[in-house]
Amino acid sequence: MNQFQYTRPAETAVAVKSLAKEPNGYFLAGGTNLVDMMKMGLVVPDKLIDINRLPLKKIEKTATGMHIGALASNSEVAEHAYIKAQYPLLALAINAGASPQLRNMATVGGNLMQRTRCPYFFDTAMPCNKRTPGSGCGALEGINRMHALFGASDKCIAVNPSDMNVALAALDATIHVTGVKGPRAIKIGDFHRLPGDHPELDNTLQKGELITSVDLPTASSAYNKHVYYLKIRDRTSYAFALVSVAAALHIENNTITGARLAMGGVAHKPWRLSTAETFLKGKAVNEDNFKHAAQIAMQGAKAYEYNKFKLKLAPNAIVQSLKLATGLAS
Amino acid sequence: MKKDAIGDSLSRVDGRLKVTGGAKYSGEYKVPNLTYGVLVSATIASGTVTALDTRSAERAPGVLAVITPFNAPKVPGYQAGAERPVRGLKLFNDNKIYFNAQPIALVVADTFERATYAASLVKATYNTEPFETDFHKNIDKGVTPQKGNYKDYVRGEANAYKNAPVMVEEEYLLPTEVHNPMELHVTTAFWDGDDKVTLYTKSQGVKGSQRSIAAAFGLNPDNVQINSRFVGGAFGSSLRTWPHEIAAAQAAKLVKRPVKLTLTREQMFTQVGYRPLTIQKIGLGATADGKLIGITHESHSQTAVYEEFTEGAVNVSQFLYNSPNVNTLYKVVPLNVGVPAPMRGPGEATGSFALESALDELSYKLNLDPIELRLRNYTDTDPERNKPWSSKYLKECYQKGAEAIGWADRKAQPGTNKEGEWLVGYGIGCGAFGAYRGNAMAKIKLMADGSVNIQSATSDIGPGTGTSMVLIAADTLGIPADKITFELGNSAFPNAPTQGGSATVSSVGSAVHDVCVALKQKLYTMAGKPADSMEPIDYVAVLKQNNMPSVELTQESKGNPEAQKYSMYSFSAHFAKVHVHPLTGQVKIKKIVACVDAGKIVNHKTASSQMIGGAVGGVGMAMTEEAVFDERYGRYINGNFADYHVPVNADIQQIEAIFIDKPDPVLNPVGTKGIGEISLIGVAPALANAIYNATGKRVRELPITPDKLI
Ligand SMILES: Cc1cc2nc3c(=O)[nH]c(=O)nc-3n(C[C@H](O)[C@H](O)[C@H](O)COP(=O)(O)OP(=O)(O)OC[C@H]3O[C@@H](n4cnc5c(N)ncnc54)[C@H](O)[C@@H]3O)c2cc1C
Repeated sequence: MNQFQYTRPAETAVAVKSLAKEPNGYFLAGGTNLVDMMKMGLVVPDKLIDINRLPLKKIEKTATGMHIGALASNSEVAEHAYIKAQYPLLALAINAGASPQLRNMATVGGNLMQRTRCPYFFDTAMPCNKRTPGSGCGALEGINRMHALFGASDKCIAVNPSDMNVALAALDATIHVTGVKGPRAIKIGDFHRLPGDHPELDNTLQKGELITSVDLPTASSAYNKHVYYLKIRDRTSYAFALVSVAAALHIENNTITGARLAMGGVAHKPWRLSTAETFLKGKAVNEDNFKHAAQIAMQGAKAYEYNKFKLKLAPNAIVQSLKLATGLAS
Repeated sequence: MKKDAIGDSLSRVDGRLKVTGGAKYSGEYKVPNLTYGVLVSATIASGTVTALDTRSAERAPGVLAVITPFNAPKVPGYQAGAERPVRGLKLFNDNKIYFNAQPIALVVADTFERATYAASLVKATYNTEPFETDFHKNIDKGVTPQKGNYKDYVRGEANAYKNAPVMVEEEYLLPTEVHNPMELHVTTAFWDGDDKVTLYTKSQGVKGSQRSIAAAFGLNPDNVQINSRFVGGAFGSSLRTWPHEIAAAQAAKLVKRPVKLTLTREQMFTQVGYRPLTIQKIGLGATADGKLIGITHESHSQTAVYEEFTEGAVNVSQFLYNSPNVNTLYKVVPLNVGVPAPMRGPGEATGSFALESALDELSYKLNLDPIELRLRNYTDTDPERNKPWSSKYLKECYQKGAEAIGWADRKAQPGTNKEGEWLVGYGIGCGAFGAYRGNAMAKIKLMADGSVNIQSATSDIGPGTGTSMVLIAADTLGIPADKITFELGNSAFPNAPTQGGSATVSSVGSAVHDVCVALKQKLYTMAGKPADSMEPIDYVAVLKQNNMPSVELTQESKGNPEAQKYSMYSFSAHFAKVHVHPLTGQVKIKKIVACVDAGKIVNHKTASSQMIGGAVGGVGMAMTEEAVFDERYGRYINGNFADYHVPVNADIQQIEAIFIDKPDPVLNPVGTKGIGEISLIGVAPALANAIYNATGKRVRELPITPDKLI
């Protein structure tokens, strides 16, 4: 590890200012991703600004929904009584990720920012446009079993590995950030980006901006009854998703009055399934409709040599998550 | 007073030390003046390192030395014409690179962090040469191994299966599987003068390590002290002395201070062996009523270009079933990879996955229950060596295991057994592993207070060796277990074989048994009683009467010459019950039953634990573990615990161990045969066969991940 400076400010404004001056500085939250990357030599910071003393830990109900401080731990969010009751999709998704130890350390802000697990990104002896722009994409013609189906480019086919982000996408979260130019709000759909020509950029956060909170819209639209987070992975726990599906439905008299669907492990960002949602609205709860929705959701999917199975696994997982959410399966 | 006896369930004698952190592993010895060694690895798969820029590393704070092929002090055992040559990779002896991630430098510094940082500053220049890591592309370059008995084998007629009324001919692939014990490989080395060296190192055999280190440095073995009291799992990865252990001693000699060298998890994938990638072709031919006519078993597995590794992958086909015609072929394919090593159930686990899967396929073709098929081809003598078995209770294993798994609920037709949406399946996989016994010695000392200490230079890589030895001694001497201590893992103790091949209880247990008998006889004689008297005597009183503070003796125990007349194996039948989801390919392993004929079970508690551990290893082999190579670079892409999936608790539900527990009359005085390897061997085929029974999907390429089941 390189020598680096370390500060631990107590005020948000100081932290933000401090990073603005450091072209090669990083915020340190739980450290479960950043410290690993430093050990691997993927990130070589000159300065770490430890944000754990900032007053950003609160989880509270607000007039417009739910406020989750960026430094709330993944465990605290998943175990929060009101979140469990009103936003169970979020709790389920978080608990499907990593391990209890990691979830205790990991923060909501850090989870939003966590980088891809693409093996080529993780090995400095291999090419990766995300790590070293211009070096090429090792995965494109490499072992791309874990890689994207949607929205990839010839520069990068990596996926966003987060489970929490998939639920946040389905729940229409808003990310609140602040920087030297002041605060702003970013819709979750606009937060993570597709790789395009700049895979080195995971998201639209500007250099120096700090995530302060994640806000969820009011509970009445929170889809808290018919909910499932289905994660298919290579071992039963402590593995990243091959594909995952967050599903939440409003149902009245066996008719779907609203659907929220998002997929993980298939794109550079949590992949909201809007067309499938639109299709499901007004439809009866039955497997045929779920299959149709899955088919619609998969339009435009493109697989590579080793991830072709996802073309089948992903729609199957969509169907199964809808069945589990609606009680057609248990 | 309760008599502690062979066959009890004694808790681990070192359990308290282990759970309280009192047990010291090789990396935990605080030697004064300690320094830290960190290896730098090559990033090419073949060629030479033409230059190493070590200037910034050498200038980095705390750095004491940077050892490279260009400046390394010569290791005598590495030199051509060495009196005791060291086999395998000769680290830093020249600048050739045989595989990606081969170490090219060793940085020694005053702290681990500083050594790690300095290692990152070493810059290599290479002359890259073409390399071959693609096993499939190079399979035609397979050769019959030079050493060992791996010649093509034919009994009766070769390929007789082809003319049988019913036949199966399939290929099975086992990917590279890495031991990955929790404890990293660590060596701490320090010298006393120029000709005495001490190592704390992760070793399955302190005597073997002593010989290897002595050979490497041209020393008298008595001047090499090896300590390895606690080992945090090894599974075969510490059966030999590895180059990094020699490098630690080499570095300690150079910097004249103790050096601790710890491999990183990533280095554990390339420096300490693995179960090699293997493709096997099985041909089975049978009569319409399920009698085998022919078995053909051909195996190709990878090895390193710089060292040949072999294992008995095809052996099981030669003796487990009765067939008039059997032929086997075993070849290794040299590639630019690190050398493999034996891994729990070496050879047999690989072979039995192929044979037992093929047998299952045959059972469906014959429309015959898989157990019935095995019964129809059961053999009461060893058909390969034409000898009687010393003992064999495999039929009993079938029967008890079937009962415990609920085999009666199995449906013959795949895909017809359902619980809700989940498909239910049952499978069986059998195995055998040679029952061995090596020469071993033990020293015993009876103290005036009646306590007993026994020493032997064996190891305990996890099975609870000390506990079993205490129980054997308690039983033989007729004194309580808590009066007895057993010490191991120290090369100064009396000679014992390396802990491998499931032979420790058989070898060292015999020595402990025999030394206890000898002590007892001596005490009886001292008491003026016939040596074989059954009448109990008070050992403490005998010492007192004779005015002796203690009595001590050492005994060597050698194999039974009668054993030549027999064929000796442990046998197992593993059963699995699985649920498979037809849409998502998720598998829930509801239950695994391991039913084993391993002779007499010395300690039921630790033996059951070992069976459970082996079954978990088998679950990894079957369901989750695969070291993935990118052939373009000849590099692993998942050399870490996040991406290389060893099973976790959530993958395991119920595992039940059942022992036949009948003593083997031939192998050793205690009647044991060995359980370490057999605990894993049949697990993978049992699972693959259960999954087929559930789904009708035959997976011939491990691991069985969800993508293969949708
Ligand atoms: C072995 C392993 C398995 C895992 N498995 C899973 C899994 O199955 N599913 C899953 O979803 N995740 C998984 N994770 C990832 C885990 O969820 C993330 O590491 C964690 O969420 C990161 O949070 P952190 O607070 O530790 O972030 P840090 O490591 O502290 O930071 C990560 C990045 O975010 C930036 N950052 C942190 N906070 C802020 C902020 N407030 N504003 C701006 N930038 C910020 C940092 O500068 C850094 O670049 C796994 C991780 C490991 C190591």
